[in-house]
Amino acid sequence: MARVSFVHVYKRFDKVDVVRDINLEVKDQEFLVLVGPSGCGKSTCLRMIAGLEEPTAGEIYIGDMLVNGVEPKERNVAMVFQNYALYPHMNVFDNMAFSLKLRGVPRQEIKKRVQEAAEILEIAHLLNRKPKELSGGQRQRVALGRAIVRDAQVFLMDEPLSNLDAKLRVQMRAEIIKLHRRVQTTFVYVTHDQVEAMTMGDRIVVLHQGEIQQMGPPQELYDHPANMFVAGFIGSPAMNFFPGAQVVEDGDGVSIVLDGFGRVQVPACYVEKARAAKGRQVIFGIRPEHLRDATLLPAGADTASMIMAPVDVVEHLGSEVQVHMSANGTTVVARLDPRSHPVVGEPLRLHVDADQIHLFDAETEKAYF
Amino acid sequence: MSTMNPEAQSSLVAPQKAAPALPMTETAARVGRLPLRQRLLSLVNHSLVAVIVVLIALIWSVPTLGLFISSFRPPSLIHTTGWWTALVPPWSFTIENYENVLHAQGLGQAFLNSLIIAIPGTIIPTLVAAFAAYAFAWMEFPGRDWIFLMIVALMVIPVQMTLIPVLGLYTMFTQVTGLQLTGNYVGIWLMHTALGLPFAVYLLRNFFAGLPSDLFESARIDGASNINIFFRILLPLSVPSLASLVIFQFMWVWNDLLVALVFMGGNPDRAPMTVTIANLVNSYGSNWEVLTAAAFISMALPLVIFFTLQRYFVRGILAGSVKG
Repeated sequence: MARVSFVHVYKRFDKVDVVRDINLEVKDQEFLVLVGPSGCGKSTCLRMIAGLEEPTAGEIYIGDMLVNGVEPKERNVAMVFQNYALYPHMNVFDNMAFSLKLRGVPRQEIKKRVQEAAEILEIAHLLNRKPKELSGGQRQRVALGRAIVRDAQVFLMDEPLSNLDAKLRVQMRAEIIKLHRRVQTTFVYVTHDQVEAMTMGDRIVVLHQGEIQQMGPPQELYDHPANMFVAGFIGSPAMNFFPGAQVVEDGDGVSIVLDGFGRVQVPACYVEKARAAKGRQVIFGIRPEHLRDATLLPAGADTASMIMAPVDVVEHLGSEVQVHMSANGTTVVARLDPRSHPVVGEPLRLHVDADQIHLFDAETEKAYF
Repeated sequence: MSTMNPEAQSSLVAPQKAAPALPMTETAARVGRLPLRQRLLSLVNHSLVAVIVVLIALIWSVPTLGLFISSFRPPSLIHTTGWWTALVPPWSFTIENYENVLHAQGLGQAFLNSLIIAIPGTIIPTLVAAFAAYAFAWMEFPGRDWIFLMIVALMVIPVQMTLIPVLGLYTMFTQVTGLQLTGNYVGIWLMHTALGLPFAVYLLRNFFAGLPSDLFESARIDGASNINIFFRILLPLSVPSLASLVIFQFMWVWNDLLVALVFMGGNPDRAPMTVTIANLVNSYGSNWEVLTAAAFISMALPLVIFFTLQRYFVRGILAGSVKG
């Protein structure tokens, strides 16, 4: 149990900065998720906490201890690897007991702790098996068990679920959340899967090209992405972007004109921010779930914000209909009510939920709102 | 490796031939679904391959078989008739040749000497190479790849080129310290260690480097030092490669004549079997029947070692460590 802090951390491999100026504090007992596309530096950050890599510059603290140059075994962290990394020649008990044996824990104590951990993870009946006799999910549990017998200060997990099939992944996701609640230790979890990040993290750190793009609770990242990268990365299907949007005065208020699609009225709370963007190249953003079929709007609904374009593809998913439309080379995806009946080739009118709109600067890619 | 006898070489290759047992049953299963004509053709094809393989194996072993049978025939018959005549009655087999070489010719003592040379001559280089290979594979230090490359390059140096310089070194060592290296076991162990190391380091490093890095990182986080990792993780996982290295090195030392002759030459009490057998020919010229028995005694141990360790060649011990 301890917090983990990064202070201006850099990591350089062969003249390439893999991680640049990371400042970050993982709170005690927090479940923090590092998420980003492959090569964004998230695993490097985790490995620097573990001591498997040394930062090129900057400081890393675990608790109040500066751990730069401290050997992994002195850091009292536990790590779960993507490939489980079970010792193939040892049975499950020995795999879990290995770290305790090395630390000279008495035999009885080892037995007790391994038994306890095995029961939490429901693998007590597998203790005499070798890793090769286990299924993927069971190996994953052993890997977790090996971490929890340790009483480590920090749990590090490097894409632990990516080798499991989809169903098992959902199940283990829930189990890891439960485990976190139970062991009450700081978790740092690395994944490239934004769904895992959203569902598991108390807080999420989005990394891209070695830099922190944004950090905050999942809902905050979803509602208020700080830039286009975060906006596009969090959420599935991804947010629609309309390049070449224009901010124009519209009576008392302000509207955004979307080239070839229509116009969107900016709600009062965003008017000031939208005015600041006037005259600049901007990109408008709206999530697929914030578009609605105009024909299904209740009577008297506000129709000031509408877009229209011909339908390219219609996908019926049962719970919803996904529609792909395009105009002027921009493609838009919308998740519509299953009652709507878009026709391929015909234009479709969609209502834009103006409270959920986003506006980005085309040059800096930063969000105005 | 050049002194390795053909029997040893052929038996080293054997398990690789035996390995694709699974695909065979797969093809058999596929054959079951084919029409009769194709099934017959496929059967003929497969039996043809089998017949040819068995034939080659038989032809390959005929000389060994002849030697084996001869070794149990009385000397008078060996000199007058071919070994194949012993296959039909009247049979007359004897262990006289074995008694002769073991007792009268001192091959029993030579066998022991060979063991005294070959066992440390195998263990020392294997152990040293394992330590070195671990460092080359998993420890970071400046110039690592260049040093490794140099060691591998040493493999091209022929044994014959090293004899005189090493003898010179040994003499210098004796002058400085007063300790004798030539004519005793330590000197020959050292020589075999030096000759075996480049190949051993090369073989083991490549195997070690192929082990998943996660295992070592996981062990480091679990609190293991390099020594812990080496003995508790690396060695148990490397049994297959260690076994093949041990076999190679043991055969090489066991069959070596040149190094033993040069470094142990003047000392018949400590001479290994190869030297003693070579001397049998020198002193007896024509009575080569003793050689038949001697050859089989010298061959026995390598065969035993090979058959006890061969399962490590076929079995993949890493199964189940990572992924599914």
